[in-house]
Amino acid sequence: MELLLQQVMAGLANGAIYACVALAVVMIYQAIDHLNFAQGEMAMFSTFIAWQLMTWGVPYWVAFAITIVLSFIAGVLIDRVLFRPVQNAPILSQIVAFIALFSILNSSAGQIWDYTIKSFPTPFGTAPLFGSGMIDAHEAGMIGITLILLGFLYAFFRGTRLGLAMRAAAANPVSARLVGIRVGWMTALGWGMAAALGAIAGMLIAPVVFLEPNMMIGVLLYGFAGAVLGGLTSPLGAVVGGFAVGVLENLAGTFIPYVGRELKLTLALIMIVIVLMFRPNGLFGRMVVSRV
Amino acid sequence: MTTLRDEDIAVSAAVPTQRAARLRPTLRHAIVAVFVAIAFAIPFVASSFVMFQLSEVLIYGLAILGLNLLTGFNGQFSLGHSAFYGLGAYTAAILMHNYEVNYLWTLPAAGVVCFGVGFLFGLPALRLQNLYLALATFALATAMPQILKFHALENWTGGVQGLVVDQPDPPDFLSMIDGDQWLYYVTLVVVLLMFAAAATLVRSRTGRAIMAIRDNPIAAAAMGINTSLYKTLTFGVSALYTGVAGALSALAVAFVAPDSFTIFLSISLLVGLVIGGVGSIPGCLFGGLFVLYVPNIANSLSNGLAGAIYGVILLIVIFVMPAGAAGFVRAVIARLSRWRQNPTEGGYR
Repeated sequence: MELLLQQVMAGLANGAIYACVALAVVMIYQAIDHLNFAQGEMAMFSTFIAWQLMTWGVPYWVAFAITIVLSFIAGVLIDRVLFRPVQNAPILSQIVAFIALFSILNSSAGQIWDYTIKSFPTPFGTAPLFGSGMIDAHEAGMIGITLILLGFLYAFFRGTRLGLAMRAAAANPVSARLVGIRVGWMTALGWGMAAALGAIAGMLIAPVVFLEPNMMIGVLLYGFAGAVLGGLTSPLGAVVGGFAVGVLENLAGTFIPYVGRELKLTLALIMIVIVLMFRPNGLFGRMVVSRV
Repeated sequence: MTTLRDEDIAVSAAVPTQRAARLRPTLRHAIVAVFVAIAFAIPFVASSFVMFQLSEVLIYGLAILGLNLLTGFNGQFSLGHSAFYGLGAYTAAILMHNYEVNYLWTLPAAGVVCFGVGFLFGLPALRLQNLYLALATFALATAMPQILKFHALENWTGGVQGLVVDQPDPPDFLSMIDGDQWLYYVTLVVVLLMFAAAATLVRSRTGRAIMAIRDNPIAAAAMGINTSLYKTLTFGVSALYTGVAGALSALAVAFVAPDSFTIFLSISLLVGLVIGGVGSIPGCLFGGLFVLYVPNIANSLSNGLAGAIYGVILLIVIFVMPAGAAGFVRAVIARLSRWRQNPTEGGYR
């Protein structure tokens, strides 16, 4: 029982990372209707910018804020400059454009800041929380910020005109345009917000996984899995899905005898696929009714 | 309209934007014949290393064709084809290394194994669409290297070390050509046969059923097509193609290791598919060329920024040819034929 609890807590701590990324993934999915493969690299690049600012002596929270603003602007620019020209291309071509962006960001970060592993400060400290050693202050802070972001996004999408306009633009661009919503700018805004969220996720994750150009690759894949498990249309689902992936992965590694350790990622993914067999739109996803 | 969203994605994911503006059959056959003749003549002028690279191009082209049958013609998305490629490669390597089977027999064996696994994987995939299918196939791709490294299978797979196999020698009566040339010819013949089979398949009644499912699954079912059967069969055939490509790669490289078959291989195949042209059979070979040569070119321009240069090239290609090389060629042909019919319009729409 002690072991179970400990593994669940450790899983939640990992899950908080995945939940952060999954939230950013769902954000951009809401805005542009497909998965952004370059999301993780955008977050990594933002984190490097924060690191650079801090090496120049900027205090943590100032650097944090500047990075979020810069990332937002960069996200808007990427949409306007790179993705607007291909918005009518087939969806697979757009996915390849994401892969190109991934490659460019990864390689440039390696060139600018090299591939050595850098440590990244945490604002919360690393003292164990509740004295039990199950979860430390940074992990708790990470979970807290993820939940705050979730609340903020929920309020934004449900409660503001802009949020409603963004949802409308994503759900039905043609009708949205007809009622006067500037769909192009809504998409750009979605990109900006996703980049900003990604930056927050990156800065929260970096103290745990350490800063280097490939830091997000593994995390992003788990984040995708979490987002898809939760249902791509639901930010709450993304957070729950992210936590679930973290816990599942840890429990599979500990409690399934013989194959657990080596194949824990595989087992977690298989479990996710089994869940999807019964809930094909994810745990919290909207059922889509098709019409002939 | 909102309710149609995912459906729209499914369709737009697969349908080539240009409706086929085809060349006349005789002209098309002549072009194919010329390319085949050139392909057979190349070993007399090119170096061993170039032969090896061209074999790889053909192999990637075959693997991309497998993916294309599934994604381009049937509308099912897959990030898991690296797993089938790896499965084929390992089937061949294990048969040769542990059971001393003749290398030519490993190709059909790899095909059969991959067909079986692909067909079985197609069953759960029936329940999943679009991104959810992408995730399931992604799970397959991440699982494969780990399964290949799994300690209980080490006696067969060689674990992390992988397996070394002998590169096939040319038969005695062909003593004037060397190993790389022989390998190229074996690859070329297998690839040509399989491309011809694929071209025949997509023009057949079965092929039309496969494409009908892509274009509108509900209408296809209403017309009496057994969508479940055709979708799982297509998954199997697609895996078979990619598996045979994997087996050929095991022969060509003479070595297999788990980390050659990661998700990044799947992504390369996807890039090749899109660059070549989704839903185009000859486009697959162009995709193979791109996947093999462009990373090398990027590397030769700058070591540190190779990834960035690769990305920029990729973006430029997508900007210039959003529907891939095949779409580009189709657009050019359409414009030329319109111009020929009515030159006064000057070729503009």
